Amino acid sequence: MISDEFVWMAGGPQGSGVDSAANIFGRACCYGGLHVYGKREYHSNIKGLHSYFHIRVSSKEVGADVDYIDLLCTFDAESVVRHVWEVAPGGGIICDAEALGTRIFDIPTLPRPFIEEFRKTLDEKGIRPETVGDLLNEVKKNNVRTYAVPYITLLKEVATEIGEEKLSKLTRMINVLALGVSFGLVNYDKTYVEKAIKTIFGAKPKIISTNLLALNKAYDYAKQKLGDFGFKLKTVQTDEKRIFLQGTQAVALGKLIGGCRLQTYYPITPAADESEYLEENEVLELVQSKVKSSGGSIIVMQTEDEIAAINMASGAALTGTRAATATSGPGFSLMVEGLGWAGNNEVPVVITYYQRGAPSTGLPTRHGQSDLRFALHASHGEFPRIVLCSGDIEECFYDAIRAFNYAERYQTPVIHLIDKALANSTKSYKMFDPGLVKIERGQLLTEADIKGKEYKRFAFTESGISPRLPLGTSDVVFWNTGDEHDELGHISEEPMMRTRMLEKRMRKLETADKEISIQERVNFFGDTEASATIVSWGSPKGAVLEAMERLRREGYKMHFLQVRMLHPLPKEYIAEALEKAKKKIVVEGNYSAQLAGIIREQTGIAMDYFVLKWNGRPMSSDEVYEALRLIMQEKAPKRQVLTHGT
Amino acid sequence: MALKLTDYRTPVFVDWCPGCGDFGILSAVQMALVDLQLPPSKVAIFSGIGCHAKLPHFVNAYGVHTLHGRTLPFAVGAKLANPDLEVIVVTGDGDGLGIGAGHFVNTGRRNIDMTVLIHDNGVYGLTKGQASPTLKLGLRTKSLPKPNINEGINPVAIALAAGYTFIARGYAYDVRHLKEVIKKGIQHHGLALIIIQQPCPTYNDINTKEWYGGEDRIDPATGKPVPRLYKLEETGYDGVVHSPEEEFPKYLAALMKAQEWGDKIPIGVFYQNELVPTYQKRISKRIPSYMANPPAKQPISDAEGKPITSILKMLEELKVTG
Repeated sequence: MISDEFVWMAGGPQGSGVDSAANIFGRACCYGGLHVYGKREYHSNIKGLHSYFHIRVSSKEVGADVDYIDLLCTFDAESVVRHVWEVAPGGGIICDAEALGTRIFDIPTLPRPFIEEFRKTLDEKGIRPETVGDLLNEVKKNNVRTYAVPYITLLKEVATEIGEEKLSKLTRMINVLALGVSFGLVNYDKTYVEKAIKTIFGAKPKIISTNLLALNKAYDYAKQKLGDFGFKLKTVQTDEKRIFLQGTQAVALGKLIGGCRLQTYYPITPAADESEYLEENEVLELVQSKVKSSGGSIIVMQTEDEIAAINMASGAALTGTRAATATSGPGFSLMVEGLGWAGNNEVPVVITYYQRGAPSTGLPTRHGQSDLRFALHASHGEFPRIVLCSGDIEECFYDAIRAFNYAERYQTPVIHLIDKALANSTKSYKMFDPGLVKIERGQLLTEADIKGKEYKRFAFTESGISPRLPLGTSDVVFWNTGDEHDELGHISEEPMMRTRMLEKRMRKLETADKEISIQERVNFFGDTEASATIVSWGSPKGAVLEAMERLRREGYKMHFLQVRMLHPLPKEYIAEALEKAKKKIVVEGNYSAQLAGIIREQTGIAMDYFVLKWNGRPMSSDEVYEALRLIMQEKAPKRQVLTHGT
Repeated sequence: MALKLTDYRTPVFVDWCPGCGDFGILSAVQMALVDLQLPPSKVAIFSGIGCHAKLPHFVNAYGVHTLHGRTLPFAVGAKLANPDLEVIVVTGDGDGLGIGAGHFVNTGRRNIDMTVLIHDNGVYGLTKGQASPTLKLGLRTKSLPKPNINEGINPVAIALAAGYTFIARGYAYDVRHLKEVIKKGIQHHGLALIIIQQPCPTYNDINTKEWYGGEDRIDPATGKPVPRLYKLEETGYDGVVHSPEEEFPKYLAALMKAQEWGDKIPIGVFYQNELVPTYQKRISKRIPSYMANPPAKQPISDAEGKPITSILKMLEELKVTG
């Protein structure tokens, strides 16, 4: 079979190079003109626990994960046990020849809940495998091919060729051997893989040459010794300029081009990758422009905690600097008092909020989408805030820029919600277009604007927006306070001032609601006529779109309303779309259907069906498809809970 | 035209209790600004929450009244973004050393060129006199239901350990001396800390003005009180580090001096070390244009809103086809 659709997975203990193998695999496929979508799963652990990267390759753009694997590429015994049932009939499993004798229930890193589930599955299937080899023999009956590769023998050959006496120095290259076998089995053009290895290992010629040697050895071994996999991954000709990146990189790129010049953070998964990428690129290149500048840079500050992070960003924002912080749920929990200060002082600070499994420490490295209500309501009292949510990696880029525009236009904190699935997924995209980016700074004054006039930082205006001046502007001063205050920024507890000042701040939200176009706040997909309307937010976007497309081919027409601005909620638009809907379905990654609740609160409209998930894994297009199909066939319960994921 | 004291005053009513040490600190700050002729718009005063925190509203300069314990991060953010600002942080013993202790320690690691004043009166005044982190064990100030069950901390020793490069103590009722210490702090290249002993006439009935003045200790020879406070500089003590060899001995000397309390309380400069590179210098090593073009001064777009930042090189690194 020759195909341009292929699902590959690399699995192994953390620290064994699963990520770099997946990165090389993804890039090599991209180089061959294919589109790639990769999902990364890992434990909150440095070394030893299981991790995997699930990569979907296609000639068409793909935006979601699926439930099956064509070729499972494992570095250790556990990865075979963990994923064996996911391999599709006709697929294959690559494993370490030395792992065949490993007794399944002696694998020390398999946790009890997994073992219990696994035993149940074996009972259902009526099989009793003792070892990994036994297990593989069982799946062979389902038309799954298995390839036991002598990684150590191959490694020894590499060691001899390069004159390295210590084999332990080379064990890190098992991932490249596994890659070589994978590509050999699908007969993929090796030059693309070599190019990917050269790119990933950059300026380290010795490492590159050793890895290339290992790659070739494994590639040839697969072709000569492993027989026919029956599957050829073909390349596609393309002239399109494409990039391959993960969500945290897209946000960072958006922040830089959007003018962010100070970012604070406290280390937390999965947000920290963004700040590190920014720091690596702290000295900025500038375009040829009439604007004179003696150099651009971003200060990235690792703070002592998230309390410092948000307040430091606010301090910088007061000076007219575009400033942001990036965090996850536990960090945002610490930021809430600072958020209120920024709201009360009308500070345009941006918080990039990567949701993960919660509450508390929750699932630190796993997906979750349960912080919408928290983002909307965090901090005591009432103040305006804008909450955005991106649905894919490209939106992460453009929303990161918009977040600053809204923050400065409405002088209020903006929370940009992302989630772990977007943060750590990798995807190929058509090159982002910097030409589409526009910077809007709102009513930002300069010294010349206020010369000789009295300046009131919190002046009452019809829109609620008081023209802003950077702290440090010459010949003027102003005050800020977390207390209620007068127009100058001095403390005031007078009832009339309190009434007016709070109302002034809140009015900005009405102004934003009126001014921001609906195109920036929702995405609407689907045919003009439809028999159901799906509402969702965040990373389920890709899975929903793909499921819809499959259902459309089966004759079910659906609408999809993706909400990108969650506050202020475009409620008239949503109400209008839902009033017409025949079936109203919400799809979101939490237990209590938070978006559905918010829509009901603000429009009075209740959803008919709930498709929910909170197992710490993103939604796959397969399971969303199954759930939606049941609804369309009138066979679904009101509430379906998705559980796919390993 | 030279700036006068009135240029640093605001019409806002000063609502501290009569006799509060904060009045002395406010005067000393304003006098230091006059002496240094710092234009109000170049000065930004940050405060936390508590009695001290109202100070910025009484000074005609940029004033940022922040959150309880969080004044340091706010100030650091502003100073990093705009290093031309003369940043003064006022905090209290509760604000800076209790709820804000983490920031107090970690700011020391960075040696950012700004001046921190701690108003230290041993109590939480605005919430009616609870014990602060500097109140000594066993003391029972006026409104405490029981004597203090916690030991008091030593801010000078903590500041030394944390890396502050200028550490001094002043006294709220010796305004002239305090003004001089504040000036030295402002002029110091690096992070300066000034702990200010400040009687709270309403809630601290132990460490009172009379107590500091030694009115309970009359010298039989002169018939005059023997003050508890004495000036370090009058004893020949020199805390300034002039060479790398002096760093450790002077650090140790300051640590020894920091232990003095009770009958002999030193004021003046404990330690000053300008050999430690400031944070601004550290950033400049990595980002050569930082001081010339810090975040607050950087243009980010042209008049039409087109970004002037190029991300092409980064996109190029991510490019896979075309």
